[in-house]
Formats: sequence, structure tokens, C-alpha cells
Amino acid sequence: MNRREEDLQHAPDHDPLELEPELREALGNFKSSVNAWSEAMMHRPREIKAQARSSWAAPKWALGCAVFLATVSGGVYQNHRHLEAAKAQTARIAEQQRLQSAQRAQEEADLLAKVDNDIARQVPSALEPLASLMDDNQNIGN
Amino acid sequence: MAACTTLEPMVNATAELAAPQEFDSAVACHRAQIFRFLLSSTRDVDLAETLTQDCLLKAHRNWSTFRGESSVLTWLMRIAINLQKDHWRNRRLQFWRQTQTNAVDLDEASEWLPSGERSAEQCILAKEQVAHVWRAVENLSERQRTVFLLRFVEELDLKQIADVTGMGEGTVKAHLSRALARVRKQLGEKQ
Repeated sequence: MNRREEDLQHAPDHDPLELEPELREALGNFKSSVNAWSEAMMHRPREIKAQARSSWAAPKWALGCAVFLATVSGGVYQNHRHLEAAKAQTARIAEQQRLQSAQRAQEEADLLAKVDNDIARQVPSALEPLASLMDDNQNIGN
Repeated sequence: MAACTTLEPMVNATAELAAPQEFDSAVACHRAQIFRFLLSSTRDVDLAETLTQDCLLKAHRNWSTFRGESSVLTWLMRIAINLQKDHWRNRRLQFWRQTQTNAVDLDEASEWLPSGERSAEQCILAKEQVAHVWRAVENLSERQRTVFLLRFVEELDLKQIADVTGMGEGTVKAHLSRALARVRKQLGEKQ
């Protein structure tokens, strides 16, 4: 016997069957009420609803499966399209960058050529001795 | 029910002769009582019906092993109480499932009174009393409620309640005393 049970057994020694009139009346009414309820419920007419529900069960399942499949396949298709679009975009950007860099290189080459043309001049023949002197002076200074 | 002495013990000699027709008569005799007890315990008509069916099915399967050491009603009530305990234990484990029950509202349960010669005022007073008792019963522990209902609805004596619940008579008395104290308190609060 556990402690709780011992405690219960040593509860105040009050006879539970001893009822004052008001309590007796309340418990009598309670019993009558439960009795009446139970009798009424035992003899009540039953309703059968199962048939209508079961006839819809299969279409509901099919519809549910179709919606699920449509959602999943839609998602997969959408994802695939996104990937394709991203790939195409990347290729396009790469091509643009390649063209831009080629154009920039061409422009730089043209500019250099123009600058060369502008700066480089043929030395007049009359100044050639002076130019050679300048070269000699430089060599002496060194 | 009048022809059937509900608590008549089934002696061993009778139990040996236990036949299907005896089971039928036992069911006819006690079905209403089992249903009433389960209904008052759960306040759920569908659940009470299901548990009553389960109880009778289990009793039918084990009828051959019934040795008549207790009365048929005691045996059936014990099965019913165990089924009810199993049901609540399973519900607690399946808390993620539907948590609401079909239990009838206390006020609705209090509406039932036998049609008798009562004045309108007496009817109202009686319904009030019944509602207060229901409220007290709702706040009892599972054991206190079982003992209380077996005593004051099914009118079993302490020894029979002890047999049905598997508790000692002293324990039954203590539970009953505490349950009555609650009902007294509830009835006192209304005044």
C-alpha cells in the first residue's frame, strides 16, 4: 500500500453515507436527471450519414493529388525556367563585356597610333649636324 | 430492469453453465446501467455508446473465463472503467489529434429531469441543484468522480465499489468523503 493510499485511509472518519436533507435531495435530483438523460439517449433515433461522405472520398483524394502534382510540377518547371534565364543572362553579359573590352582595346590602339602620328616628325636635313652634335655632347658629359 | 436483480452474484455452479443465452440476458440486464455510468463519467453520448459496445464485446470474448467470483455487474463495470481509463490515456498521448471532445455542456446536461408532478418552480430549483452537482463532479479527480458516480448514481455499496475499482474500502470511503465535501461546498456557494 503506498503512502497516498495510507493517507486516504486515515482521512477524517466521516461517514460518507450520512447525508443532510438538502444534499440528499440534490443527489436524488442528480440521479434522476442522469437516469432521464441516459434513457433518452439510449432510445433516441440514430442518423446515418456515412454513405454521403464515402461517395465523395475518392474524388476528394483525386482532386487533392491533382492539386499537389500541379503545384509540385509547376514549381519544378518554374525553377527550370529561372535557371535557363539566368544562364542566358550570364552568357549575354559575358558577350557584352567581351565586345566592350575588344572595342576599348581597338580605341586605345587607334589613339596610340594617332598620338604617334602627331608626335613623330621627320627631322629636317638642315638640322642633322646639330642633332649629331647633341649626341656627341651627351657622350662627353657622360 | 425489475425482473433483473442487478447485483445478484453469479455462483460458481452457475458460471460453469455459462452459455451464450446467459450472456445475452446479462447484456439485456446491465447494458443500460453500463451506458448510464459511462455517460455520466464522460458526458459524451457517442463516446459512452462506443465504450459500452467495446465493454460488451470484451465481455463476450472473455465470457468463458468469467468464473463468477464477483457479480456480473461488478465484472462488467470493471471492464468499463478500464476501457475508459485506456481511452483517456490514449487521448493524452494523441494530443496532436483532435483535442476537442463532444462532451455535452454542463447546463445542457442539467436540463434533463424526469417528467413528474413538479411545479415550474420546483423544476427550476431541481435543475439548479443538478447543475451545481455537475459542476462539483467536473472538478473531482478521476477516482473521486468514479467512486461518487458509482455510489450516488449506480447506488453500489462501498464493498461493491471497492470490488469494481480495485481500491480498498477505506480508500473508497475517503474518496467518497472528499467528493461529498466538494458537492457540499458547491451547494453551499449557491446560497
